[in-house]
Amino acid sequence: MADVTYREALRRALDEELDRDRDVFLMGEEIGKFEGSYKVTAGLWQKYGAERVRETPISEEGFVGAGIGAAMMGLRPVVEIMTINFILVAMDQVVNHAAKIRYMFGGTVGVPLVIRTPGGAGAQLTAQHSQSLEAWFAGCPGLKVVAPSNPADAYGMLKTAIRDDDPVLFCENLVLYNVTGTVPENGDFTVPIGVAAVAKEGDDLTIVAHSYTVQRALRVADRLGQDGISVEVIDLRSLRPLDVDTVVESVRKTNRVLVAEEGWSTFGVGAELAARIQKACFDDLDAPVERVGAAEVPMPYSKPLELAALPLESKIEAAARSLLRECGL
Amino acid sequence: MAEPAATQTAVLGDREHALRLFRQMALVRRFEERTEEQYTRARIGGYCHLAIGEEAASIGAIDALEEGDALFASYRDHATALAVGSPAAAVMAELFGKDTGVAHGRGGSMHLLDVERRFFGGWGIVGAHLPIATGAALAFTYRDEPHAVLCQFGDGAMATGAYHEALNLASLWNLPIVFQAINNQYGMGTRVDQSNAEPELAKHGAAYRVAGERVDGNDVLAVREAAARLLGQAREERRPSILEAITYRYRGHSVADAGKVYRTPEEVQSWRERDPITRYGLLLGDRGIATGADLEAIWDEVAAEVKAAISEALAASFPSRDGLYEHLYGDPAWREQFGRMATGAPFGERGEEPEWQT
Repeated sequence: MADVTYREALRRALDEELDRDRDVFLMGEEIGKFEGSYKVTAGLWQKYGAERVRETPISEEGFVGAGIGAAMMGLRPVVEIMTINFILVAMDQVVNHAAKIRYMFGGTVGVPLVIRTPGGAGAQLTAQHSQSLEAWFAGCPGLKVVAPSNPADAYGMLKTAIRDDDPVLFCENLVLYNVTGTVPENGDFTVPIGVAAVAKEGDDLTIVAHSYTVQRALRVADRLGQDGISVEVIDLRSLRPLDVDTVVESVRKTNRVLVAEEGWSTFGVGAELAARIQKACFDDLDAPVERVGAAEVPMPYSKPLELAALPLESKIEAAARSLLRECGL
Repeated sequence: MAEPAATQTAVLGDREHALRLFRQMALVRRFEERTEEQYTRARIGGYCHLAIGEEAASIGAIDALEEGDALFASYRDHATALAVGSPAAAVMAELFGKDTGVAHGRGGSMHLLDVERRFFGGWGIVGAHLPIATGAALAFTYRDEPHAVLCQFGDGAMATGAYHEALNLASLWNLPIVFQAINNQYGMGTRVDQSNAEPELAKHGAAYRVAGERVDGNDVLAVREAAARLLGQAREERRPSILEAITYRYRGHSVADAGKVYRTPEEVQSWRERDPITRYGLLLGDRGIATGADLEAIWDEVAAEVKAAISEALAASFPSRDGLYEHLYGDPAWREQFGRMATGAPFGERGEEPEWQT
């Protein structure tokens, strides 16, 4: 089991699913000869040809819709949206169509579609290219939303998503693409949708995160660990369905919880979790649920301002220490 | 426009076929008239868009579909469902919100469908089903299946971005699809030339190298001939096309619109004089295919069918509350996937409701 990048884990999953099932095909901008804006589809166009790795013009509404139509006919399209920021022009297809079709049509037709798209920020891409919008979709019945944080989960969850009979929004992260980790060589390895992972065990504080923020949370846990504070990190992996049980189990043990995310906190993942935690763990909490997210401004360009807006490790750590201080730790 | 004389031979040579077309239009007309009445009796809720006057434009094209082809339509879709052969009782039951409806009461008037008969929906967002229909055509090409897609929509859809994206993709990818604009001349209350810089809608394809054709949408045989030819081209040459059928709706945009403020009574009357069903009936008489009595018998027959459909739909049950979460997801694992979400959840994500909600 050699270490591979998150990018390579995704590429391998796509390759194996294309090889396994001819109903699977890829669609998106620049995913062929160009190998994808972030090179996730490298080599697949050469291997599978232009029919199965279909390059599209800049028509997100058009080709997400086409993916939905092909999925209604029984194919399993995997559509790449170059970054999650561009999904907004296809919002109607995702929310008003993909999410609604099975239910609205009384269960007579389904949409086995995967939309892969990276969010994230930190490379001075500025306001229109630095968003993490996954929480918007996680509130929508009919969709499934996943956001793996490491190469093994990226590999295993992408396979699960492609084999799933419902529309799955598969959220990647620009910073995660170069993160490395071990990925099982076994082509049958999959990771279920709807099950969170305990990324690190601990007793004093739970940090809940998803996607790249899990990596940040793990580093914060290491730093706090050097001061003798034992942090448990929960990696949500899926946002819809949301594994509340794993979070609750952890909070009942640590009695303190902080939710960190790369998107805005208001109406975000932390807001949803706080509501569920207060209901399930009302008597277990030693302090109110804490949240850390991006500053609530459009992402600025200038480096010092961008750093000020990002939910960096320093902010997560400061929020954790503040919460622990409140509890006398 | 194609000369009617050139288009009549195939259908009129087959009496059974010729009468079937009449019957379908008559059924749709009676069904929609009774639907309007049922709406005023509050048995139908929500939006309800009638296509009275447009029967030939829709049914003529649907008649040209062959086995394996796929059909998509807008929310003005009662005629579509009846034309593909969905039982009138199941369509009326859907309008009544009953469990025996074509979408088990989940869709209503705007979201009829019949997957078995290859009708993939009545869609509620103007223009948005065009990319989806394009994807169905892509699936035919991908699987090397010799079928075509017929995608019907109103003239209002042709100002949306989705329409132009779909047209570009379909041409770029050589897809077998006929985009049929049912041009009833008004998008709600806005006349075609007030919403389209090029009001000759069949010409829209020029920018995408898509051939377009305009046809008299109140001439069911002309519509059928053009649709059959274009669908044939789509199947054989793998090319998209636009078919614009000029027609008129006698009623307003929906049952909530009297259809009076944006057009004159004279205009409506002038179209009634070109009524597609009356016109086709006269043609059948002229050709000695059906007598007045034959046609009366058909009208009686469809009236009885619609009456029975209403009775059956009235007698049917509403969906059970227990089924509120049914059909939300279809993957066999979904309950398991959502099984860890219930803690602290008020909204029954795993298909269960808390006590206070029931």
